[in-house]
Amino acid sequence: MRMSLRLPAIGLMTAALVACNVAPQPVERQYGAEPDLPQPHRGLLPNMTISTPADWGDRLPEAPAGFTVRAIATDLGIPRQTLVLPNGDILVAEGRGGYAKPLKPKDVIAGVIKSRGTTSVPSGNRLTLLRDADGDGSYELQTVFAEDLDAPYGLALVGDALFVANQDAVVRFDYQTGQTRASGAPETLAELPSKINHHWTKAMTASADGRFLYVGIGSNSNITERGMTAEADRAVVWQIDVATGMHRTYATGLRNPTALAIQPGNGQLWAVVNERDEIGPDLVPDYLTSVRDGGFYGWPYSYWGSHVDDRVRPQDPDKVASAITPDYALGSHVAALGVDFSAPVMGPEFADGAFVGMHGSWNRAEPVGYKVVFVPFRDGRPAGDPVDFLTGFLDWEAQKARGRPVGVTVDPRGALIVADDLSNTIWRVSRDGAVPSVAGPDPESGEEDSTPATDESPEAPADR
Amino acid sequence: MAVIVEHRYPDTLHPLHAVILAGALPLFVGALLSDIAYARSYEIQWNNFASWLVTGGLVLAGIAIGCAAAGMFRAVARTRRRVAYLVVLVIAWIVQFFNALMHARDAWASMPGGLVLSVIGTVLVAIAVGLGFWTQRDGGRP
Repeated sequence: MRMSLRLPAIGLMTAALVACNVAPQPVERQYGAEPDLPQPHRGLLPNMTISTPADWGDRLPEAPAGFTVRAIATDLGIPRQTLVLPNGDILVAEGRGGYAKPLKPKDVIAGVIKSRGTTSVPSGNRLTLLRDADGDGSYELQTVFAEDLDAPYGLALVGDALFVANQDAVVRFDYQTGQTRASGAPETLAELPSKINHHWTKAMTASADGRFLYVGIGSNSNITERGMTAEADRAVVWQIDVATGMHRTYATGLRNPTALAIQPGNGQLWAVVNERDEIGPDLVPDYLTSVRDGGFYGWPYSYWGSHVDDRVRPQDPDKVASAITPDYALGSHVAALGVDFSAPVMGPEFADGAFVGMHGSWNRAEPVGYKVVFVPFRDGRPAGDPVDFLTGFLDWEAQKARGRPVGVTVDPRGALIVADDLSNTIWRVSRDGAVPSVAGPDPESGEEDSTPATDESPEAPADR
Repeated sequence: MAVIVEHRYPDTLHPLHAVILAGALPLFVGALLSDIAYARSYEIQWNNFASWLVTGGLVLAGIAIGCAAAGMFRAVARTRRRVAYLVVLVIAWIVQFFNALMHARDAWASMPGGLVLSVIGTVLVAIAVGLGFWTQRDGGRP
């Protein structure tokens, strides 16, 4: 039964792709505060281009002049997000989640096709610790910090508590600086919505004062095709009290908030959000936005403010009217999965702004994403076009992907840590001439002096 | 008075062919009813049912097309009615194939196109089934 539909479907795909490419007018502006939003449209088959994996060989991702790229860890079990600890050690969350079973014949077929663009290694379900003890830029220690986790993703350190957002719960480890192995099994702080887990990644960051954890909980469907009851407590950001584990819903209508970060200086929560698919190659832009307490950001009823999505029944005009327009479009289908704020240690050109890791598209004839960009900020707001920071993940001619960036983390010693879940590598993009990476309590050399810190604790922006 | 009765070769479908052809129809009818239920209730489960029913109908109808096409090699079975049956069934299958693609759209994006194609496709399948099972009898009226 599966084959009978799949074979003709693939056979027709080329024809449909051609047909779909002719229809839409070119869209000029895919990013920024006011992106062009064409009319929604979809052929009989969704636009799909899967970039199958290729080896890096001798190549490395390409960074701007003045930066050096190194692979500091390889052969991981699907690295997603990273956390730089106060002594310079790096924790890597590894795994693959989701319990969603195919619901329609379409899911069976799409699952087979999409899996060709992702890694085939087993889910690590663990945290790996990387250490560069002698400060030569080579992380000679690669050891398992904790295992038997359930698709860990978000990481945050608050004081001596290390929080890990598994796909079904936030758990807590005790952490002492220098530790290379968790001292025991974790305690559960709070259960998270995890039924189906169509979008399973639980992004997490801690508030500047360390009192709260913010956890991103993605929707259980692309656009309500699993029914509205499956969407209870989904497409939201939770605020969890670190002391008690109690939670409240902080913001809603964020389809898939895949990474969260606290803005240095003002403590504002920001998120990158993956928007809906299957209404055209240039809809809907994924975005970077500040997240307002109590704000509703549109999903599922509307996108980019009040643009109604006709695929949702019943509709809700009141909700549409209340939808907040996000701050900054990153481009449709780029699949932003990582965000972190920069620091002056990254050099004058990249001092003020946010890095965004883009996993790359599937629902688009011409691939987009597959890179890390820098979104410049001025006066605390995004200002200007995104700048390519790390590229070379996609082999354009062969339409093969060498890697796919996920989490990005600024190392206070002057580097960007990029997790690559296709080649199962951690890349470190270090600024030449920045303070060398040294183990030992000598952190935050260049970072704190320019950001008027509202908090007392130097480790407080715990997603660093 | 002598009546000359010309006994014909019994022009009926092979039982396996008949079972498969007959089985396809209720699947497509079920898909149509599910589409109507989804359109009236917005309850997504009807949409899932319809999607699987159309797929199942395509499988059975596809096998029936294979049987019918194989029959074309037998000169005795290559009647005008059998050719018409095959042609209508192929057209119905193509309509239902596009219907399956329409049903692969998420949520309400499968409507109203999915319902319209279900109506057209189901009528065509019903006609094909009628053509397939209609046989010329010999002898007079009972």
